[in-house]
Amino acid sequence: MTTGHFQSHYIPNTELEQAEMLAALGLASVDELFADIPAAFRNPPLDLPAPLSELEIQRELAALAGKNRPLGSGPSFLGAGAYHHFIPAIVKALMTRGEFLTAYTPYQPEVSQGTLQVIYEFQTLISNLYGMEVANAGMYDGATSLAEGVLMACRVTRRRRAAVADTLSPAYLQVIRTYCQAHGIDLYPVSPAADLEGQLDGDTAGLIVQYPNFYGGIEDLARLSAAAHDRGALLVVSADPLAMGMFQPPGHYDADIVTGEGQPLGIPASYGGPYVGLFTTKERYMRQMPSRLVGRTVDAQGRNGYVLTLQTREQHIRRERATSNICTNEALYALAATIYLAALGKQGLRQIAELCYHKAHYAAAQIEQLSGYSLPLEGPFFQEFVVQCPQPPAEINRQLLERNILGGLDVSISPYRDPLPPEVDRGILLCVTEMNTRQDIDALIAGLAEFS
Amino acid sequence: MLKGGTRDTTRLLMERSVPGRVGAVAPPLDVPAQPLPDAALLRAGLALPEVSEPEVVQYFTGLSQLNFSIDTQFYPLGSCTMKYNPKVNDEVAFLPGFAAIHPLQPEETAQGALELLYRLQGFLGEITGMAGVSLATLAGAHGELAGVLMMRAYHQARGDFRRTKMAIPDSAHGTNPASAAMAGFDVVTLASDADGNVDLDALHELAGPELAGVMITLPSTLGLFDRNIVEVCRIVHQAGGLVYGDGANMNALLGRVKLGDLGFDVIHLNLHKTFSTPHGGGGPGAGPVCCGPELVPYLAAPVVNVVDVPPDDGKADPEWDETAFYILDTPEHSIGKISGFHGNFGVLVRAYTYIRTLGDAGIKSISGNAVLNANYLLNKLRDDYYLPYDRPCMHEVVFSADWQRERGVSGLEVAKRLLDYGFHAPTMYFPLIVHEALMIEPTEAENRDTLDAFIQALQAINRETDENPELVRQAPHTTPVSRLDEARAARQPDLRWRGE
Repeated sequence: MTTGHFQSHYIPNTELEQAEMLAALGLASVDELFADIPAAFRNPPLDLPAPLSELEIQRELAALAGKNRPLGSGPSFLGAGAYHHFIPAIVKALMTRGEFLTAYTPYQPEVSQGTLQVIYEFQTLISNLYGMEVANAGMYDGATSLAEGVLMACRVTRRRRAAVADTLSPAYLQVIRTYCQAHGIDLYPVSPAADLEGQLDGDTAGLIVQYPNFYGGIEDLARLSAAAHDRGALLVVSADPLAMGMFQPPGHYDADIVTGEGQPLGIPASYGGPYVGLFTTKERYMRQMPSRLVGRTVDAQGRNGYVLTLQTREQHIRRERATSNICTNEALYALAATIYLAALGKQGLRQIAELCYHKAHYAAAQIEQLSGYSLPLEGPFFQEFVVQCPQPPAEINRQLLERNILGGLDVSISPYRDPLPPEVDRGILLCVTEMNTRQDIDALIAGLAEFS
Repeated sequence: MLKGGTRDTTRLLMERSVPGRVGAVAPPLDVPAQPLPDAALLRAGLALPEVSEPEVVQYFTGLSQLNFSIDTQFYPLGSCTMKYNPKVNDEVAFLPGFAAIHPLQPEETAQGALELLYRLQGFLGEITGMAGVSLATLAGAHGELAGVLMMRAYHQARGDFRRTKMAIPDSAHGTNPASAAMAGFDVVTLASDADGNVDLDALHELAGPELAGVMITLPSTLGLFDRNIVEVCRIVHQAGGLVYGDGANMNALLGRVKLGDLGFDVIHLNLHKTFSTPHGGGGPGAGPVCCGPELVPYLAAPVVNVVDVPPDDGKADPEWDETAFYILDTPEHSIGKISGFHGNFGVLVRAYTYIRTLGDAGIKSISGNAVLNANYLLNKLRDDYYLPYDRPCMHEVVFSADWQRERGVSGLEVAKRLLDYGFHAPTMYFPLIVHEALMIEPTEAENRDTLDAFIQALQAINRETDENPELVRQAPHTTPVSRLDEARAARQPDLRWRGE
């Protein structure tokens, strides 16, 4: 324990100032301010390390960071829900401005127009990206956004079952289960490649699909949309926003709720967060949406301005009858995604998506020529694909790492393996993006060839 | 025309778009082009803006200048703990070894990240007096959902399916009842007594075989430490229920008392309040869940555990232990995964850094100075504003604008007038049990000059209420926009630019 007074550089009051302020209150010590705490529990022992200076902190954190392998330190081919994409320098430079970074939720619109207008821009660009009518201000991440989409589909249809494509990310399915566990919602798997006739019925609230799916494939949304709508169910899609740079958006197929992980849009992988969940729907379901919405209106002088709106859906007004309990979301990363989309723009997003597509397909074609390797899944894909390997993927990944190559996700183990055809028993899910140079891909091919 | 700085901010991105402009240049394709799929799968148009990089920088910089923020204004928003957000926290979170690591990369390539998370679990458990911690929840309300799902799972694992009721004080944040409802509970309201404590008679009536638990915010949203808290926990436990703690107001209690010692079974913390991580205009947050030993098996997945600890160091504190190996683990009866990966790691790095900077001595001086500053405001403003609960406060003070209301000026109008004085408004009309509530939380990170200037502004507004009430009623006058038509926004929702 440190004894005596500790003056933190984050706290202005000095010992003398504290004494003066206490005297104004007629008190002799800070401890007296805590007299309401029962004496038996007051001032417990606190076993924490002693304070560190900024210099020491920087050393300690640099040492911890140094024990991790960053994506940029060598060729990396891991995706499966978090992606290594280029981030223009302006994203960090703008989002770390104190006026954005250290503002609260825009409850006082007159002094929060910056944050509010950014969210309106975000809602515009995300709606456009997915081809949907309305977007909200964002959710926690892609997984929770989809889980809330399932709950919303049940609210809209007043039905209690959801058909979940078995090509959905297993992690997303687990999060949906967690969110649905107290609501008696029956989640049942369907294979999107199969005939869905008979698998959807009048109790099915929604057909839940990932696009591209967890294994990289482009699902046939036209057919899935028709199948869902034939039974009065909603089509709920979790879509990679970056793939929208070249592929038809789910809105084109009349999807009812489209969610997504915003991380590919200018947000670092950061060991899984913070990211931002994307959430869009049709206008007629707008009042069933979770989370904040920003609307444009006018001020007393008739000037355009922005406010949080339709708040009667939300917990601070509706309490236990709210559409969701979500309050704080990920506004700073909605800002990051908005800056990214503004910078990349109409041409840039298409170019990045096409770079991913061509590089991934080039890598896949090269791997397919290696003896012992095959591409067992048919159909179009974007930037991820499953490779059937001649050896267990864990062993291949281990040896790739010895060459400082971060391999793909081992999908030979449950639950990843479960929906794959039985012959795909040594699958590895590879991801190739614009960050991978031809040299990176060639190094991967050379590494894999060792097992041929 | 509305201006932000010297750059026009009124036109939206799509209105600034000029065909042919680019804001980024992609590298050339360095592999042979590959065949494209069926053209029907490819989209024709993409309605994104075409603007150059300087235009993007100028536009967003201009927008930022329309905000109040901690770095630019005193921001005494009650219950939100708008304290200084240390810059070193941001800097370390952006180190490539933290910002550029993949959540699914092998554990042996992320030991530094896992070690940090493990230590943070230990720090938060020590601060709260709890046995287990999960860092997987991404905001306060998300932590609440995990916590009440754990309570549900705990009762059901004991074969007790009758406990369907969650008691929540009338002063609680709206997220509490909303989270309880998402976990399938029926919400029943728990009254407060005249001192702002939980009404023990009301609690006795609810305490029975249908009570799953109570959700208590400590200090309460009135800024008061509930003097009955130990008795509240005892009554709930005796009835077979569990006590949930909403840690939104933990800034008052750091190092002063451990919620686990008082009898709380499960709580969440708001790292974006108490532990200084930036609010970012409404997130990201992080809402770790801390719990007592009976609930540890139900924590949300994943938690970080350590294996391969040498036998001579059996206790769970391998702080400088180079042989420990850290893993992501799933508790035995976990309520499941509640977020896509392992939590808001970048936020967790910042909170870790903050705790290391403050250390044992600094943690206590946070609560001491936060409570001192709030009581300083209470004392200096009590002659001008009505104090509905006349007792020393904790980290925030709740006034009522009733005295101003009698003279024709509402709490909302007082709050809006503060904006003209360059101060962010307090939290208004919350908690719901205080008429015309103005909830003021100064935090420990403000100096006395700022507090005095704020006091003078509120005193001046009180005088204006007599001398020029119309000036207050029409406020704000100096902000980028004046009062906005919220009714119109809700009646005719305009949620995106449509090209008009």
